[in-house]
Amino acid sequence: MTTQPVRFYQIGSFAVGNRLVDQADRTVQSRPDRSNSLDSGHRACQGCGEALGARYALDAAMRATNGQLIAVNATGCLEVFSTPYPETSWRVAWLHSLFGNAPAVATGVAAALKVKGMHDVRVVGQAGDGGTVDIGFGCLSGMFERNDDVLFICYDNEAYMNTGVQRSGATPAAARTATTEAIGPEPGNVFGQGKDLPRLAMAHGIAYVATATVADLHDLEAKVERAMEFHGARYLHILVPCPLGWGSAPSDTIRVARLAHQTGLFPVFEAEYGEVTAVSSIRHRMPVESYLSIQSRYAHLFGEGGRPDIVARIQAIADRNILRYGLLEMPPSDSDRMETSP
Amino acid sequence: MKKLPFAITLEVGSSHANQTGSWRVKRPVYVDRVPPCNNACPAGENIQSWLYDAEPGDYETAWRTLVEDNPFPAVMGRICYHPCETACNRAQLDEAVGINSIERFLGDLAIERGWELPPAGTDTGKRVLVIGGGPSGLSAAYHLRHLGHETRLVDSAPKLGGMMRYGIPAYRLPRAVLDAEVERIIGLGVDVSVDHAVRDIERERSEGGFDAVFLAVGAQLSHRVEIPAGDSSHILEAVSLLHRVAENDPPLLGRRVAIYGGGDTALDTARTARRLGATDAVVVYRRNQEHMPAHADELQDALDEGVTMRWLSTISRVDNDRIVIEKMRLNDEGFPEPTGEFETLAADSLVLALGQDTDLSLLDGEPGVTIEDGVVQISPAMSAAPNGIFAGGDAVPSERTATVAIGHGKRAALGIDAYLAGHDVIAPPRSELATFERLNTWYYADAPRAHRTELEAARRQNTFDEVVGGLTEENALFEARRCLSCGNCFECDNCFGVCPDNAVIKLADSPHYKFDYDFCKGCGICAQECPCGAIEMRPERT
Repeated sequence: MTTQPVRFYQIGSFAVGNRLVDQADRTVQSRPDRSNSLDSGHRACQGCGEALGARYALDAAMRATNGQLIAVNATGCLEVFSTPYPETSWRVAWLHSLFGNAPAVATGVAAALKVKGMHDVRVVGQAGDGGTVDIGFGCLSGMFERNDDVLFICYDNEAYMNTGVQRSGATPAAARTATTEAIGPEPGNVFGQGKDLPRLAMAHGIAYVATATVADLHDLEAKVERAMEFHGARYLHILVPCPLGWGSAPSDTIRVARLAHQTGLFPVFEAEYGEVTAVSSIRHRMPVESYLSIQSRYAHLFGEGGRPDIVARIQAIADRNILRYGLLEMPPSDSDRMETSP
Repeated sequence: MKKLPFAITLEVGSSHANQTGSWRVKRPVYVDRVPPCNNACPAGENIQSWLYDAEPGDYETAWRTLVEDNPFPAVMGRICYHPCETACNRAQLDEAVGINSIERFLGDLAIERGWELPPAGTDTGKRVLVIGGGPSGLSAAYHLRHLGHETRLVDSAPKLGGMMRYGIPAYRLPRAVLDAEVERIIGLGVDVSVDHAVRDIERERSEGGFDAVFLAVGAQLSHRVEIPAGDSSHILEAVSLLHRVAENDPPLLGRRVAIYGGGDTALDTARTARRLGATDAVVVYRRNQEHMPAHADELQDALDEGVTMRWLSTISRVDNDRIVIEKMRLNDEGFPEPTGEFETLAADSLVLALGQDTDLSLLDGEPGVTIEDGVVQISPAMSAAPNGIFAGGDAVPSERTATVAIGHGKRAALGIDAYLAGHDVIAPPRSELATFERLNTWYYADAPRAHRTELEAARRQNTFDEVVGGLTEENALFEARRCLSCGNCFECDNCFGVCPDNAVIKLADSPHYKFDYDFCKGCGICAQECPCGAIEMRPERT
């Protein structure tokens, strides 16, 4: 007879909760008493990945800090859809100044708390990819370099969505935006080196840098919790699909994020003091077509007059990520992901 | 008036004032879809539901859910051909859930711990006669007692169980297990009379003052064929052979035994012959493996035990210790045609297992009953005649298995109950099928099936000990948790977690969640990310 130790829970730790495991092993999001830092009634589009990512991250940070948290927000979708005067969706101490200065404001808040002796209150800065990789980058790099006590979170939806989907430094190659049209021999955004902010953050040698997606909640929450164990500058980069800008179905937001990881296009890893310490392995490797073809920003690559050559170049990017981060090495055995006995 | 900061004219308000539910064009709705296992179960078990109860280790609740439909878990866990596993969606992922072995585990545990069936229902004052104590008669008696009807169960054999006792060999179903489950049903207050053959249904009914009758006499007569045979040829019938073995009076078969037929009974007979000492047990069948009516598992077990097959062969003559076989070929429609080529096969005895017929002489002259193709014709509610005669099991048109018979017993009990109350059976509306395409299988952990142990083939040939072993608790729990819970919520919290608008409310008890339609924008992420397909997006009325 085969004997297998019972440490198998039907859905392991892939889902948000699981009635078969202890509450402590479930996600913060599975708790009826979660903070709901970003509350109902916000004006984000149907299926907004950023709204989801912000609640995931801030609820986890609220739990890690016992509710002693101040969030500083850059301008962008997240700010606009959550706070049309005089309403607010935030159930966390929250402030907004300008598009480009969120890291500097967060630094100031942290300094003020230190002066006031409020050592238990922690600071999170947050912005979209525009506010992080382009407009706010100078302030952010300074915040890293001074090692200010702030966790900065970038919700990356790969373009300026709030103003009408213009390209940003985080827009991927070949993607169509309002400013990178799908015309000519090189349709969509250029194949540059991109602005890989997680790696730029690592180059600053700060204590903690990690990437995550809204498709793996356990992983995302663990990273927020880990980040809160450090003091000094920390950086978390979360991929948040945008149904409007990416042209994906609102219901596919999590599926798209999952495919970004499973194709290798978005490597999920964590790093401490400039060194990668862990990667989230690919569980079911998928070709990049599976990810690209469900987003209309890549529609020009498929069908009649499609560009298999460009798809191949994108596949090469995924393959390089897989090699660089070892995304196929030692895939975790499913049943090992949760070890507690019933 | 509260003093507001400089240049501020409105107080801070919550975005709760902005009810985004008005954006919605489709609304998510929680649904219970029919899992394929339940859909395939001839006994009408709610398999997904009892597996759900077993998953946290609450085996007694699981058993109680199971016996609401089928009072024979320990028997079924051994002899059912488990169409549920054939239908199981998990087969498309890795391997089907071992439902049958978990059922057996629960059944055995119930016997070991002495769990009692739920008590009989409140007395209705109605009397029902059940003729035949096989699986369908016993199942009907069980459900009739639950419905509060006085029930008399008569059988012509000395013991109850029907083909479960006199047809299925002990190596597949130990008699102690059968006895335990039969006794539990009788314990609900069934009035039993054995060695009691009913010759005239009308007289029996009026003498006992019964309001309704369930006819479950089975199919006990071997189907006859004419085979020219020499005087000293030793020819037996499979049904009587198995019956005699069950009564510890096995006939002498000799070393070389030929069995004629291609059903489960033929294979049971061949395996029994091996246990009775036959060195050669050869099954002669006129078609090929693809067209064989026996179940594939049963064939494999027989082959493992050294039974040999003669495909595409008919027996044309028996001469003492030699059988003359004509080779066949299949025509385009899959029917066998003679080739004119003959072979001989040495055999000390020949056992005929060519199907069974049912003895319906007790119905002679009964008005309103239609008999066609040797079986009683029935309505969907198992009614055979408008005057309250119902029929089921092998005596009606069906696939003749114990599981089907048990399902008939339940349906007939419900039919009789409705008849006695003077109305038609009210069938609950049936939900859509939970197909594999509706699942989001990403969320299920990969896990291979925990196989049941089997006695080593070499050991089992000469013993009537049980062949297939049971699961340990550890393996049973593991196996139960492989269930995908198709079409039915199993509280994974995904919908609650993945909603960008916090429009799913988690409740303390079942149902576990509800939608907050004031804020749900209808994006459909919950439906897309529900692992088991228990959320449906429906268009909003305009």
